[in-house]
Amino acid sequence: MARPESEAELADLIRAANAPLSVQGGNTRGMAGAGQALDTTGLHGIRLYEPGALTLVAGAGTPLSEIDTILGEKGQRLAFEPMDHRPLLGTTGVPTIGGVAAANVSGPRRVQAGAARDHMLGVRFVTGAGDLVKNGGRVMKNVTGYDLVKLMAGSHGTLGVLSEVSLKVQAVPQAEATLVLRGQDMAEAVADLTRAMGTPFDVSGAAWLSPDATGGTGERLIRIEGMAGSVSYRAGRLRDLLGADTVVEGEESATLWRRVRDVTPFAGKAGAVWRVSTRPTAAAGFCDALRAQGLTHAVVADWSGGLLWLLTEETGDAGADLIRGQCAALGGHATLIRGNTALRAAVPVFQPQPAPLERIAAGLRVRFDPKGIFNPGLMGPGLMGPGPTGSGLKEGAA
Amino acid sequence: MQMPVPDPRILSQKDALVSALAAVLPGDAVISDPAETRAYECDALTAYRCPPMLAVLPSTTEEVAAVLRVCHRFGVPVVPRGSGTSLAGGALPTADCVILGVARMTAVLERSYEDRFIRVQTGRTNLSVTGEVEADGFFYAPDPSSQLACAIAGNIAMNSGGAHCLKYGVTTNNLLGVTMVTMEGEVLSIGGPYLDAGGLDLLGVICGSEGQLGVVTEAVLRILPKPEGARPVLMGFDNNEVAGACVRDIIEAGVLPVAIEFMDRPCIEATEAFAGAGYPDCEALLIVEVEGSDAEIAEQLEVITAIARRHNPVELRESRSADESARIWLGRKSAFGAMGQINDYMCLDGTIPVSELPVVLKRMSALSDQYGLKVANVFHAGDGNLHPLILFDANKDGDLETCEEMGAEILRLCVEVGGCLTGEHGVGVEKRDLMGHQYAPADLEAQMAVKDVFDPKWLLNPAKVFPLDTSVTRRG
Repeated sequence: MARPESEAELADLIRAANAPLSVQGGNTRGMAGAGQALDTTGLHGIRLYEPGALTLVAGAGTPLSEIDTILGEKGQRLAFEPMDHRPLLGTTGVPTIGGVAAANVSGPRRVQAGAARDHMLGVRFVTGAGDLVKNGGRVMKNVTGYDLVKLMAGSHGTLGVLSEVSLKVQAVPQAEATLVLRGQDMAEAVADLTRAMGTPFDVSGAAWLSPDATGGTGERLIRIEGMAGSVSYRAGRLRDLLGADTVVEGEESATLWRRVRDVTPFAGKAGAVWRVSTRPTAAAGFCDALRAQGLTHAVVADWSGGLLWLLTEETGDAGADLIRGQCAALGGHATLIRGNTALRAAVPVFQPQPAPLERIAAGLRVRFDPKGIFNPGLMGPGLMGPGPTGSGLKEGAA
Repeated sequence: MQMPVPDPRILSQKDALVSALAAVLPGDAVISDPAETRAYECDALTAYRCPPMLAVLPSTTEEVAAVLRVCHRFGVPVVPRGSGTSLAGGALPTADCVILGVARMTAVLERSYEDRFIRVQTGRTNLSVTGEVEADGFFYAPDPSSQLACAIAGNIAMNSGGAHCLKYGVTTNNLLGVTMVTMEGEVLSIGGPYLDAGGLDLLGVICGSEGQLGVVTEAVLRILPKPEGARPVLMGFDNNEVAGACVRDIIEAGVLPVAIEFMDRPCIEATEAFAGAGYPDCEALLIVEVEGSDAEIAEQLEVITAIARRHNPVELRESRSADESARIWLGRKSAFGAMGQINDYMCLDGTIPVSELPVVLKRMSALSDQYGLKVANVFHAGDGNLHPLILFDANKDGDLETCEEMGAEILRLCVEVGGCLTGEHGVGVEKRDLMGHQYAPADLEAQMAVKDVFDPKWLLNPAKVFPLDTSVTRRG
């Protein structure tokens, strides 16, 4: 275990390393692979917080809870609602902002407010050659040079180790409300959810939980947030349009969405968990096709059907071929979020991309991680495995 | 502005190249007559001009791929071009290049209101994307001021913003997928009508790469339902600092206006003289716009005007009708025209942390005295994206150079206070040689490494973004 406490220590450590490193924040998301653990929690601390500019800069190892607390004191929050993976995965660590950024973790509000990557204004990271790189900054609009902030978001530590992240934050709205309707099947519910997203009522959450997930009847949830008068107006309009058994508000509404965000209906239940991004209108057909081919599963559908959480039996490939085949046919991709060691050894965690994209990804990995030491194999192989030491970024230059 | 010396080996192959391109394109899609290629000699940064060797206007992704395969074989640089509205010289040709224009690629290919997307060819103009869906109550959110003319291709290349990005984000936040052709002529499909493309976020790094990684021929764009209504409020203050504090307080209060626009005295005076919008005589003016139903608008404006009153505005004018809204926006929307009327101007778009606004405005005014050139400011205050307009006289010897020097000084100031060189226009050639002020060599090295992967021979949009001396070993 290595735990650098400064960017300089981090860079020294990486420069000296010649064997795989398992880059981790709080290690709550189950992505850590083989190799010496590189613990980033020593790179912690809020570096800057300007509520009036909606900006926060923090060391990558800063616990998410610390960020939530400091933002909460000023009535602000992270708009992208990052999922807490601990209930679903049964992990116990402390989630860090670096982990959220590296995995581009977003929650139900992604459909309205954008993903983690959309709220990342800047990053500092150390490449596999031990070079410290900064990109972006702390301002809302920045097109100065290439956007490596996005490239780092969701790269799961395979291109560099984040040392600092700068974020755009959001004011917590005065009020929230959720329309709850029970008893619909998936096709009916998703049709309602996509319709809700097409209204001017600024829906910030649109989910459906299957009867298998709730243990009761299916539940359609539609959330709106904002100033009190506005929320009550929009809730009324949506209720007229799409119906509701009840409209719940405040903390009761927030609790419902934590359940969707963290996929708690699947917590403690045996089986593999898949996260599928697809077209909302394809969602019901996606699940029907799986069932028709004999893959039984439970569903939590978020993002008006565009995000499917599937719980499958952990036998064979746990449905990998069927699920990824549907993604290839309908558009989208599937990530194995929870699976036992045997399954993870047999099935790639991330959906393999078409060959030309895999080639580009491998090319980027070779340049940013020339020694092939950052979470090797997690997002696909490098072009040539561990290579010579030195400045990888310059290799291949004409 | 230093540009690479044209390669005589390439220039000598012009005829062979014309034949090879004519073999893969319709006859009227290859432009080689110097009288016609001159039309492509510059973009909206007209201070720099250079006619290209050739221009081609393909109509399909396949034709683009064929063109790029030919150019790659000949080793000819290619400069992709949307509508040529770049303010940064992003589409400035080199004398030995082929301009690849997407102007003929304007088709709408697919749309779904349920899935909230539209797929278009990228030669389509920004505003016409909204035009395609607005009858059904939808719009495409990024709204650069050039939206009537600018192409989606250029929007993606420059990651364009607009007045309303405070709420809706910029191009990268509204881009779901692309079809892109690499310099080698390989067609890539990345993302699609679903959220968060799989694998590494290549979409994120392609958007804003100024046409240096590939030619984007098709785009899947997020469309959004139009709000029920929108209404602005105008406020005048007797100093910049108070206006800046008011912006901060509005943001901190948790209301999210769709736009907060700021104009300083020189700008107010010029637009008043030009458009007569009836703006108050004051140091700083804010236009704050909110959206929603009538009741929702009233609810938000109540909070906003209460904050404004605490800062003792010299004027507070809430729009009560479409006509009043139009009058409030009139001056702001004619600001650039008004400036053009009185002078030549250079428009910068450095971005600063909102909290630094008063300091930066004060120092800018000192620079104005020092260089003897007037500066007017009109900008997106909510996100700190400045638009200082430096006025100069193009017919006066040395004025352009003085203006450029002063512009560089202002951009360095933006970086110094924690901001950046460009918030939405892009680097192009204009800010290329200032990149070293914002980025250390390792930072630029990492960006150039991305280009190495997509375009190993560095043929796409040469001599942009990266200072020539930092990229010299790569450009061969």
